[in-house]
Amino acid sequence: MSGRQRTEATDNAVIKVLATRLLTTLVTLAGVAVIVFFVIRVVPGNPIAMMLPPGATEEDIARLSALYGLDKPLVTQFGIWITGVLQGDFGTSITTRQPVLDLVLGRLPATLELAIMALVIAVALGGTAALIGTRFRGGKREGAIDIANGVALSVPDFLWGLVLILLFGVLWPVFHISGRVTPSLDLPFTTDFYLIESLIRLRLDLTADLVAHMFMPALALAIPLAAIIGQLLKQSLKETMNLDYVTLARTKGYGETQVILREALRNAALPTITLVGVQFSFLIGGTVIIERLFSYEGLGNMAIDAVINRDLPLIQGIVLLFALIFTMLNLIVDLLYAVLNPRLRHG
Amino acid sequence: MSYLSIRNLSVRLKGGPPLLRRVSLDVGPGEVRGLVGESGAGKSMIGKAVLGILPPSVEVTGGEILLGGTDLLGLPPKDRRRRIGATCALIPQDPLTALNPSHRIEPQITDRLVNILGWTRAAARARARDLLEEVHLPDPERVLRAYPHELSGGMRQRILIASAFAAEPKLIVADEPTTALDVTVQKQILKLIREMQARHGTALVFVTHDLGVVSKVCQHLSVLYAGMVVEDARVADFFAAPRHAYSAALLAATPKYTDPDAGLNPVPDAVIDAVRAEVAAFDAAKARRGAA
Repeated sequence: MSGRQRTEATDNAVIKVLATRLLTTLVTLAGVAVIVFFVIRVVPGNPIAMMLPPGATEEDIARLSALYGLDKPLVTQFGIWITGVLQGDFGTSITTRQPVLDLVLGRLPATLELAIMALVIAVALGGTAALIGTRFRGGKREGAIDIANGVALSVPDFLWGLVLILLFGVLWPVFHISGRVTPSLDLPFTTDFYLIESLIRLRLDLTADLVAHMFMPALALAIPLAAIIGQLLKQSLKETMNLDYVTLARTKGYGETQVILREALRNAALPTITLVGVQFSFLIGGTVIIERLFSYEGLGNMAIDAVINRDLPLIQGIVLLFALIFTMLNLIVDLLYAVLNPRLRHG
Repeated sequence: MSYLSIRNLSVRLKGGPPLLRRVSLDVGPGEVRGLVGESGAGKSMIGKAVLGILPPSVEVTGGEILLGGTDLLGLPPKDRRRRIGATCALIPQDPLTALNPSHRIEPQITDRLVNILGWTRAAARARARDLLEEVHLPDPERVLRAYPHELSGGMRQRILIASAFAAEPKLIVADEPTTALDVTVQKQILKLIREMQARHGTALVFVTHDLGVVSKVCQHLSVLYAGMVVEDARVADFFAAPRHAYSAALLAATPKYTDPDAGLNPVPDAVIDAVRAEVAAFDAAKARRGAA
């Protein structure tokens, strides 16, 4: 078992995981495509009738329906749409008359930046809580952390959003409560990843403005997830702290904090990582309401508008994209798990 | 002059019964002392107290643990930890759970050298390679890069022994180091521990329930019952003529490999009753002192 063979074994395992995942991803996406297409057509509400001014005749509606192909049988419509999707054409938004793909990809970066910022905050808060709780286990500090976790978990993210707006938007207005960036600012960006680009361009003034807008919605999304991370990681850490190899490390001269960080954390983190992957999907689902609450111009906000306007192609595009993000997240979690757990790598 | 000297060490479950009752014993430099007793007699507890790894549910209520003349129990926690890390080591019972599954072998041997004693990584690595050769593991380079799950139980116990000797400790506590192993591997590991101990001149506290092992490895032994030392003797003297009725019965109860058909001789009830009475008398005397 030389070093090179080991690397090859690792590569093979990774390729196997990737191939299986690609297949299941395709099946999942096909299923999602079918479901979303037919379900939103069952829901009452005619998109064409909503576009036309009040008083339009049945004839007008029929003409416009034919223009968008909505007069054809459902199965034919599905065939046309799915053929387009396979060629990269997701159709045209009924309300804005722009290509769905452009609209969706234009909003995706805003939502991704928000979700990732929320994830970073959640891991930082939850991880710190778990480490402090473990270090001072059995004491008052652990009790305080348990109570804080309980409160954080029992309040849903959109209510945290309202609490934060009240605290940091009204009573002590330090953050912006609405939008993604101050509209009067001159933006030099060439992509839609504003936050990342502002950092790359070293326009830290813009970074500060973006963060001031994103911080509250991100925190609202992060608080329940932070509580989950805190609880689970603390539980795993406490169990790990009783294991033999941790005891052995204590005899080597390490202090309690070093023992937690060096010996326990990596092993204890494994179940938490799996859970974070699942919970992150929920967090992205949560962006829909939170973006609405903070008028943040992301995918979730666009999804609500699309549903209100019965913009069928746009809804389909957004749902497919969300499905793709979820499956990709699961893949990332599996790969991360393999990297952290050497026992999974060879075999 | 003994290197480890335990004086009247008393340990109890917090708010509960005593686990060690004024235990005293000495281990000279390079000397091997066996701690023998039934499960729950407190033999492992002594090793844990010395190494500062008593479980949080347990507290020391009295006594001294003198290591090279310094009372460990009198030191601030950080100094105690450092001193134990620099001068003592543990050979644990179960090699399957005593290595960290997510670290390679190398850092598990060298971490004390690098992080506590300030060696360079290269020097520590060279030392680890030498140690693996010393414990007769073939292809040390490969072993250093391996993860624990890639190695057998016997190999892992050899690694743990190598790791224990890494910093040339003055004292090693071996806590039933062969109990979790196959019988065939047990003999080799026992031989290895004795060989390493003799070569490095390390004082060794050998915790075991097997008097047969004591006769092969130790020069002195302490027999424990209910956290009390009932006999402290030289091994040669003990096997010739045990002084305490309980330790005599324990010796008689040890199965003899030379005569497998002899049957088992459990410790007689009368002997158990007598040693329990001794423990009760000890507790009563302590209660009187407490009341007075």
